[in-house]
Amino acid sequence: MINAILVFNNHGKPRLVRFYQHLTEEVQQQIIRETFHLVLKRDDHICNFLECGSLFGGSDYKLIYRHYATLYFVFCVDSSESELGILDLIQVFVETLDKCFENVCELDLIFHMDKGGLSAAPSRAVSAVKNINLPEIPRNINIGDINIKVPNLSQFM
Amino acid sequence: MALKMVKGSIDRMFDKNLQDLVRGIRNHKEDEAKYISQCIDEIKQELKQDNIAVKANAVCKLTYLQMLGYDISWAAFNIIEVMSASKFTFKRIGYLAASQCFHEGTDVIMLTTNQIRKDLSSPNQYDTGVALTGLSCFVTPDLARDLANDIMTLMSHTKPYIRKKAVLIMYKVFLKYPESLRPAFPRLKEKLEDPDPGVQSAAVNVICELARRNPKNYLSLAPLFFKLMTSSTNNWVLIKIIKLFGALTPLEPRLGKKLIEPLTNLIHSTSAMSLLYECVNTVIAVLISLSSGMPNHSASIQLCVQKLRILIEDSDQNLKYLGLLAMSKILKTHPKSVQSHKDLILQCLDDKDESIRLRALDLLYGMVSKKNLMEIVKKLMIHVDKAEGTTYRDELLTKIIDICSQSNYQYITNFEWYISILVELTRLEGTRHGHLIAAQMLDVAIRVKAIRKFAVSQMAMLLDNAHLIASNTQRNGICEVLYAAAWICGEFSEHLEEANQTLEAMLRPKVTTLPGHIQAVYVQNMVKLYASILQQKEQAGEKEAAQEITQLMIERLPQFVQSADLEVQERASCILQLIKYIQKLQIKEVPVAEEVIALFAGELNPVAPKAQKKVPVPEGLDLDAWINEPPSDSESEDEKPKTIFHDEEQRHSRHRQPEIDEEELARRREARKQEQANNPFYIKSSPSPQKRYQDTPGVEHIPVVQIDLSVPLKVPGMPMSDQYVKLEEERRHKQKLEKDKKKKKQKKEKRGKHHRHNSLQTESEEDIAPAHRVDIITEEMPENALPSDEDDKDPNDPYKALDIDLDKPLADSEKLPVQRHRNVEALKSPDSEAPLVEKKSKKPKKKEKKHKDKEREKDKGKKKEKEKKKSSKHKKKKHKKEKEEKSKDKKKSKKKSHQNKEETAESVQNGTLEDEPLPPMSSYRLLAENPYIKMTYDIQGNLQHDSQVTVSVIFENKSSSFLKSMELNVLDSLNTKMLRPEGSSVHDGIPVPFQLPPGISNEAQFVFTLQSIVMAQKLKGTLSFIVKNDEGSTHDKLDFKLHFSCASYLITTPCYSDAFAKLLESGDLHMSSIKVDGISISFQHLLAKICFHHHFSVVERVDSCASMYSRSIQGHHVCLLVKKGENSISIDGKCNDSTLLSNLLDEMKETLSKC
Repeated sequence: MINAILVFNNHGKPRLVRFYQHLTEEVQQQIIRETFHLVLKRDDHICNFLECGSLFGGSDYKLIYRHYATLYFVFCVDSSESELGILDLIQVFVETLDKCFENVCELDLIFHMDKGGLSAAPSRAVSAVKNINLPEIPRNINIGDINIKVPNLSQFM
Repeated sequence: MALKMVKGSIDRMFDKNLQDLVRGIRNHKEDEAKYISQCIDEIKQELKQDNIAVKANAVCKLTYLQMLGYDISWAAFNIIEVMSASKFTFKRIGYLAASQCFHEGTDVIMLTTNQIRKDLSSPNQYDTGVALTGLSCFVTPDLARDLANDIMTLMSHTKPYIRKKAVLIMYKVFLKYPESLRPAFPRLKEKLEDPDPGVQSAAVNVICELARRNPKNYLSLAPLFFKLMTSSTNNWVLIKIIKLFGALTPLEPRLGKKLIEPLTNLIHSTSAMSLLYECVNTVIAVLISLSSGMPNHSASIQLCVQKLRILIEDSDQNLKYLGLLAMSKILKTHPKSVQSHKDLILQCLDDKDESIRLRALDLLYGMVSKKNLMEIVKKLMIHVDKAEGTTYRDELLTKIIDICSQSNYQYITNFEWYISILVELTRLEGTRHGHLIAAQMLDVAIRVKAIRKFAVSQMAMLLDNAHLIASNTQRNGICEVLYAAAWICGEFSEHLEEANQTLEAMLRPKVTTLPGHIQAVYVQNMVKLYASILQQKEQAGEKEAAQEITQLMIERLPQFVQSADLEVQERASCILQLIKYIQKLQIKEVPVAEEVIALFAGELNPVAPKAQKKVPVPEGLDLDAWINEPPSDSESEDEKPKTIFHDEEQRHSRHRQPEIDEEELARRREARKQEQANNPFYIKSSPSPQKRYQDTPGVEHIPVVQIDLSVPLKVPGMPMSDQYVKLEEERRHKQKLEKDKKKKKQKKEKRGKHHRHNSLQTESEEDIAPAHRVDIITEEMPENALPSDEDDKDPNDPYKALDIDLDKPLADSEKLPVQRHRNVEALKSPDSEAPLVEKKSKKPKKKEKKHKDKEREKDKGKKKEKEKKKSSKHKKKKHKKEKEEKSKDKKKSKKKSHQNKEETAESVQNGTLEDEPLPPMSSYRLLAENPYIKMTYDIQGNLQHDSQVTVSVIFENKSSSFLKSMELNVLDSLNTKMLRPEGSSVHDGIPVPFQLPPGISNEAQFVFTLQSIVMAQKLKGTLSFIVKNDEGSTHDKLDFKLHFSCASYLITTPCYSDAFAKLLESGDLHMSSIKVDGISISFQHLLAKICFHHHFSVVERVDSCASMYSRSIQGHHVCLLVKKGENSISIDGKCNDSTLLSNLLDEMKETLSKC
């Protein structure tokens, strides 16, 4: 299950945050901060998995993230998810955003929080019940080939 | 009105929308908080307006602020208002806000029920969709209960978009309202085969998620998933299913066997790394669940390890990480196959990525052997030196200690090396794990006697250099090691060479800067040191030196007496007084050393951490029982406090220990020694450990003095472990040479005779003998400690509630609550809709029921097949079990063989052991029969009551008339009585709680109480009933005799073979035996019969001989040894009660002679 999706920029400013379990605002902000510090320390060329310890109140959780230009996309998942699968999902998510906004950039996320189905985008890529609502978008992407890099990465600010 | 509208929309033009808000925040970087609070005030104003568009805009801005960490729960009611807007764009904003801030504590949430229900049944699929999405985030138990039925209806919606969402949200509903799981499950199962792949994968997801928490309830779905796995091409779904199988296989090894092949095929064929990885993972899980050692599985292991190696060697760090992760799973069961990749793992230790290094460290843990331990630890030590950042260094430190101390220091051949490693580790600054090192030092010093001398010398050095360790700060965690050092030096002071110097070091003023608990240990151990010095000096006749040392103590101790720490203060002042007293005696020239030494006589032994827990409760002790009479309620209020106080005082005085005089103490000590001598868990100290230390080969050339300050060291006085590595290598080399010499000699001698020996020359691990014969003292455990591993489960686990048996047919009572529309609601929605929905939801349920029943029948068929398979496996298992028992690893074999035994016992009970089918066996015997009715019965012991049995009687109506008012009565005997409802006399019958239409049978249960169970008994009884047919009704009755055989008092109880052996050895069992000739059926059948009819379980079976066990409801143990001859069978029985045994054997004889 996916426990949370966090999108923040290189300075730790939250750009899109979705928690699938109720946490108070303070805890949410703290999680964002700590996650940011964890992720920030990491080189771009090291692995994308992180054990987040007791951050979410359970040792079962893992952080899986990708870093695109100015944005970090962090998914917090438990052990029932395939790590590589989630990596691909992030990819799919980003591509969906790209489709929605045509050459998506951080500013799009900032200014169109409500528009273009952004609020719906995560729930389309990731279904409401924290289970990946898989095939709708991924159907046309080969999940297997994790080496696909975002083609529009350069336009990504 | 219109004017107002216009005014509103004009106002709106000046309202900030979300973009303006974001822009505003970006422009007010300096005073963001102020700007936002200003915005919130504006939003509050906007929310007060009637215009829904304004409200929606305000709520939209609030959702953004919520993301930034602002509490918006105060707007909950406004959010609900926006949720109920008719326009979709507003509604969506409302639901988004709700999903972000509503939770179970939100009180207005109950207002949403009807709104959500309305949206769920909206003709617009997007309204429904947004409601489902939102609901998933804030569903509460109440909402779940009220809406479960609506959502279930949506699972069959025509649009896949809705179906998918409905299926997914059901998971949340199950979590909040577990009662809904059983009614909804059949439909969920249907969705596994939905034509739409999205819905299908949603269903797979939900079931996987459920099954992950309670796998055993979903075993019956395995065939369906297996089909999906082999047919699906959707990698997302495949991954989920494969993961699910990983969770199921531990419960059902046969499933694992079936899985291996398709999984290996997938591994070979797939190009998707994620799928490959999950397949490998599940194959590993399968192989773990199957016991190892089968030749064809070593191939799959090899395949897995190979593939993982490819992953680890990949340049992609993610794959590397996952490869290592999976490798560590293999390591647990197949360490050999991983060990060959040691080079690769060690390489990963140099990786720049910390996560990867940590994973590699995990792997190292399982890869050490006696041979390579030193090498690996040396490498780790280098990393410790290089490591930047304390977290990784601390991790390394704990890993080093873990690796070395694992399984009772199994891999350490040279403890001197280990101690020096520990001492080296103390050089780490700022580590949090000082206490870990300290614990290791203490553990090794206490449990490895041979090392004490060396340990003491090292610890003395540490104490001497304490200023280096404790130099930086008070908070420095490493100073914990001084605790260990002080204690070891004090406790084993007889090994100390320059005790004076050490004492001196401990009395330095700097010590007072250490944390209190360490100072306390210092003070205590100073006295131990002092005592041994005193003894030394006195024995040598140096009275002045002895007085000098006393003087030193008296001079220096006051600094501890002034300590702020109470413990230190107390100990120091106590000891100061003691030493002053000693000084007085010394002045009078009285020899005191012996008496002072006696203060610390006796040896301390390590106690296992769980020892206290494992002390068995002695028989007859009920910890919950009141010790005193509970205070009666009748006492008046004012009296109460008085009596309680009084009581307490009494108790207090009772518990006070009497003064113990010296003699008594000595006597007790003696008694304890005696007890320890008899205690098998207590490893006694050998006559003189020092002597043995000197005797052990290979120690002489490790002179302790060498590690003096003359050796060039990084830190003066700190030893280097490297020299021990070298020494150890030398030693091993020497040993090998010696061995080779011997071998050569042997060869020379034996050349003519034995050629085989030549092939044995490779040096195996076992050849490395440890430097000293290490006598590791086991930790003390109480006698008859219970070998139980309680795993404390979290009672608050939300998934526990979902542990529901899904294969039981649905009962009528299990329906989702269908809420009827309230009257208010009826105004809005057409009246006819409500009943329609209800009908819809009920119909499929009935169908499902039938469907289920059919499936159950199928399942039964399958089960039988499975059992057949099981039985063929049975033989193999036996074989394995024997092997296991031979193996040294006792714990494991116990567990496993226990499992096997249980399984065998089970399969025997089920009556199928070999491929040939057994005749159907029924435990129901005929009770009585007449043209109207037939009664069969079975008697079962009641585990909870030692004097009750339950008789189940099946009544079958054979006639074409209706039977009613049945009443069963039994003539009680002195020993056996029917349990009648309270208030009825012994002559009253018990009404049978049902009526029987023609051709129907039903079962009723009656409870009987008994006193003695050693003899079989018969009770006469009557069943009276009324026969009703077209001609009228007649009264009739039927007499019967209820036969309580001795076997019916037995309860099938599995038994471990070791417990069984103990039982036989105990000697308080009576013995008897029988022999029956003319047995033609196979031994398997025979055992099955005994198990089934006489309630025994097989403990162990070897060829044509088996031991069996059962227990009576009153706790008699019955043990049988069954042996099969040519045509006969002999049974030896042992039981606490000889009458019971002979009766049991007679019954068995009767059963067997029928075969």
